[in-house]
Amino acid sequence: MATKNSAGYELTKGIIKENPLLILMLGTCPALAVTTSAMNGLGMGVATTAVLVLSNLVISMLRKAIPDRIRIPAYITIIASLVTILQFLLQAYVPALNASLGIFIPLITVNCIILGRAEAFANSHGVFISVIDGLGMGTGFTLALFVIGSLREILGFGTFFDYPMPWIQEGGLQPMMIFGLPAGGFAIFGIMVAITQKMNKRFYGRRPQKTMEREHYPGSISVRTDTIFEDTAVFDGPRPPRTPGRGAVPPAATDPGAFVKEDEAEENSTESEATK
Amino acid sequence: MKEILIILFSVILIDNLVLSRFLGVCSFLGLTKSVKNAMGMSVAVIFVMLVATAVTYPIYWQILEPVKLGYLQTVVFILVIASVVQVLEAVIRKIVPPLYKAMGIFLPLITTNCAILGVMLINIQEIYSFGGAMASSLGAGVGYTLAMFLFAGVREKMEKADIPHFMEGLPATLMAASIVSVSFMGFKGVIENLFG
Repeated sequence: MATKNSAGYELTKGIIKENPLLILMLGTCPALAVTTSAMNGLGMGVATTAVLVLSNLVISMLRKAIPDRIRIPAYITIIASLVTILQFLLQAYVPALNASLGIFIPLITVNCIILGRAEAFANSHGVFISVIDGLGMGTGFTLALFVIGSLREILGFGTFFDYPMPWIQEGGLQPMMIFGLPAGGFAIFGIMVAITQKMNKRFYGRRPQKTMEREHYPGSISVRTDTIFEDTAVFDGPRPPRTPGRGAVPPAATDPGAFVKEDEAEENSTESEATK
Repeated sequence: MKEILIILFSVILIDNLVLSRFLGVCSFLGLTKSVKNAMGMSVAVIFVMLVATAVTYPIYWQILEPVKLGYLQTVVFILVIASVVQVLEAVIRKIVPPLYKAMGIFLPLITTNCAILGVMLINIQEIYSFGGAMASSLGAGVGYTLAMFLFAGVREKMEKADIPHFMEGLPATLMAASIVSVSFMGFKGVIENLFG
């Protein structure tokens, strides 16, 4: 059903090629809200990675046991339980981090990355490769959060991991409060996305920036996962064109070929034949 | 009454759900390409937010808290929200077809929208009264709508703008969001002046 790739590929794809935050645009809420410092960014990234790896592990083990029709509620319950456990651990061992991340720890439950990977990967792969996938995606997410957090902390407060940066506070450059505020978060995030897209285009020769513009972001993620989604029944968002009705709009009808045009020319042609 | 009004206005303008609390950013960026989509999603969010608060608030304070199971809130709330969304979808499709047409495809998306779960958790954390919790949910929904509409308008204008190739697409959208967010910073002193 799914394409087979080496463990090394699955481990490194999250860093640039399929970076969950900067390319696939999943998990934007915590990325903007908690990245006021490098420490928060790193903590949030590691917490999310832990949940992602464990949820991929559990879901790939249970993938044959969970009936297909109720898999989404089952996944959500598994993820929510893992998050609750994580919250206890954080409260016990790193209370300061727990306090500064606040409600964004329970909100890991609804982070699109975790449900998205469960649906797109752990659902259809073995245990080992799913754990590797979780680790790779988590690494990419953590790196992105860490870089955004560092930039915002250095530019906004003139510190890095709470140590003052000498050439900012003593030199001609004043800390700019705006970067610690929501507005600066959006701006830094925008610049990071631009840089990553440029790097992606340079290294891999394509710009998958249209991902976000399709209207069914919770499940479907990238070019590669879309082929998986064609096979399985889609829980939410547009259904495949052969079962119209129920108000669902297939992606081709709302935005004809916007996503397919660029890099899926050959898949598009087979798809349109199938529709006919 | 005054307390409820203060909660309502501060949640709409100062603690704006999207632009200062960063909840529901995914849908904010994904669904503001046209005003029509923004409207459908906003209506759905306000609706689900109010119903979900009316359900989860009693569940937490009447069932979970008395038996010291407050830590189960995440699991319970997410399941309640998922079922509420399912039931609402069926009910609205049957009873108010025009409303379903406006927000139908957006309802399933809401289950994984962090805005709803986030507001439920904030309502519990801040120990609001029931009225306060409903006001906070309504305010959050209205604030979300306000941000969605403003931003959808900005994006429609941006279609015609000449953007550097490097920033095309999402980066430019995020920069625009940053500027819209600056405009909301101007509301900081409004509540003190209105009610203080």
